[in-house]
Amino acid sequence: MIIEAVNESTCIVYFGDRIDDDIAGQVKRATEAIRRNLSDLVIDLVPSYTSVLVCYNADRTDRFGIASRLRKALSQSEQEVPDENASSTIELPVYYGAEVGLDLDEVCDYSGLSRDEVVRIHSEQTYRVYAIGFSPGFAYLGITDQRIALPRKATPRQKVPTGSVGIAGSQTAIYPSATPGGWQIVGRTPQKMIDWDSDSLALVAVGDKVRFRSIDRQEYLDLGGSLDEF
Amino acid sequence: MSFEVLDGGLLALLQDPGRYGYQHIGVTTGGPMDEHAFRWANRLLDNPPEAAQIEINIGKLGLLAHEDTCIALTGADLGARINGKEAAPWQTYHIQRGDRIEFGMPVAGLRAYLAVAGGFKPAIKLGSCATVVREGLGGLDGRGQKLAKDDCIGFDRCHQKTMTSLPAGEIPDYNQDLQVGVIPSYQYAHFSPGERMKFFTGCYEVSQRIDRMGYRLTGDPIHSELDGIISEGIAYGAIQVPSDGQPIVLMKDRQTIGGYPKIGCLSALDAGQLAQRGPGTRIRFYLADVAEAEAQRAIFNHKLDTFKTSLAGP
Repeated sequence: MIIEAVNESTCIVYFGDRIDDDIAGQVKRATEAIRRNLSDLVIDLVPSYTSVLVCYNADRTDRFGIASRLRKALSQSEQEVPDENASSTIELPVYYGAEVGLDLDEVCDYSGLSRDEVVRIHSEQTYRVYAIGFSPGFAYLGITDQRIALPRKATPRQKVPTGSVGIAGSQTAIYPSATPGGWQIVGRTPQKMIDWDSDSLALVAVGDKVRFRSIDRQEYLDLGGSLDEF
Repeated sequence: MSFEVLDGGLLALLQDPGRYGYQHIGVTTGGPMDEHAFRWANRLLDNPPEAAQIEINIGKLGLLAHEDTCIALTGADLGARINGKEAAPWQTYHIQRGDRIEFGMPVAGLRAYLAVAGGFKPAIKLGSCATVVREGLGGLDGRGQKLAKDDCIGFDRCHQKTMTSLPAGEIPDYNQDLQVGVIPSYQYAHFSPGERMKFFTGCYEVSQRIDRMGYRLTGDPIHSELDGIISEGIAYGAIQVPSDGQPIVLMKDRQTIGGYPKIGCLSALDAGQLAQRGPGTRIRFYLADVAEAEAQRAIFNHKLDTFKTSLAGP
């Protein structure tokens, strides 16, 4: 663990220099520990693949004060035995039909697999939320099976429909709102990923585990899914 | 009690210090592009530091007062007039019902702040009224809209009349070229000594591509030994260097995470001075330190704390 100052009110804690599940678990536990122990100083936290950016109240502490409080809180959390059961797996229903899986054919061409096989591979594994960003609630999940890890589109779409599930190389993600985007779209979830009027706001947090469940058209519509283009 | 918007202008936004506590779900902070001018506007009126104000970007905003009150103007000189009479920034003005406040085009700086005694009372979304158009958050009704004709911006009645201005020595000259300190952080170590030398001795120009998300500069390209990095949280004022070697300073509406190497970070106050500069302004960087940024902030806070507003007569 390395703590480095960024500016007069921000520092960053690094836990490693590669994308892997173990480091993502450390990031999750650290984020929770900082929230628990440093609520008097911390204004904002940005957890990502290997790091946590810590924005603190510069009127209450300085770079030395925050580093020492972080070291104390994080050394305690490091000693905790990671309890993977504590982070339950969030299941997201996904309709992989051709009318919403706009790039399923491209993934089939790339992989040489049938639609059913692509859907099975995409939905049978558990993913980790490595980061949230790009737009509110946009969660980067990994690690996509190599066989279907099609890189992003050369030309991004002007607008990707809300709820679209996409693949970009080793990552997969859900578009929480209609935005421009270049990910290869394989399906759509009826689940709201972000809701300004709910208490939790975002359905998933960095470090959470996510699984996709393949649903048919009827269930998708029953769950409130939309087939609109946007 | 309100100001009615007669002309929405180019980009007038309600802002408070920003929307904090939601960056972990990808929600940016927003907030005033120039904290120095924002803090002074509230201070001149004896407002709480977090009171909401109007940030007038570039110019052309027209307001009609529906109540007597007191306002402060700070930041850019956008040729403001009250009932046709010139109103210079960095001081307070008494406003009477029926008065018209109009902004023209930039004379010095790009962003003016208009604070009202007691602060504006817009909708609060996720703890803040800071307007982030891209995210559809903040502003008058909470949906991220810039101010537009016929909007009525409410405030509380306030009988206190302050008549005060900032000492001349505290007023920045936005028409001057800018020198800002860079705190070596993030991927600084991955820029070779030669590249750093180019960066700190070179002169960069503010490009046409500037907005509330970022300031793209042009000049001698610099390169790190990294193509990209694992995406990480981006601090306000961070200097990102994409593969074309042209630095981008990330501002208040920046994305929360990013995967480009960063050579360092500006202090919040320096980033605010950059935000007042338009295309063509020359920027020089010098190697600073976090301690220097902390001291700069402490001196600023001290000036705000010790400033005395003088109450005007009845």
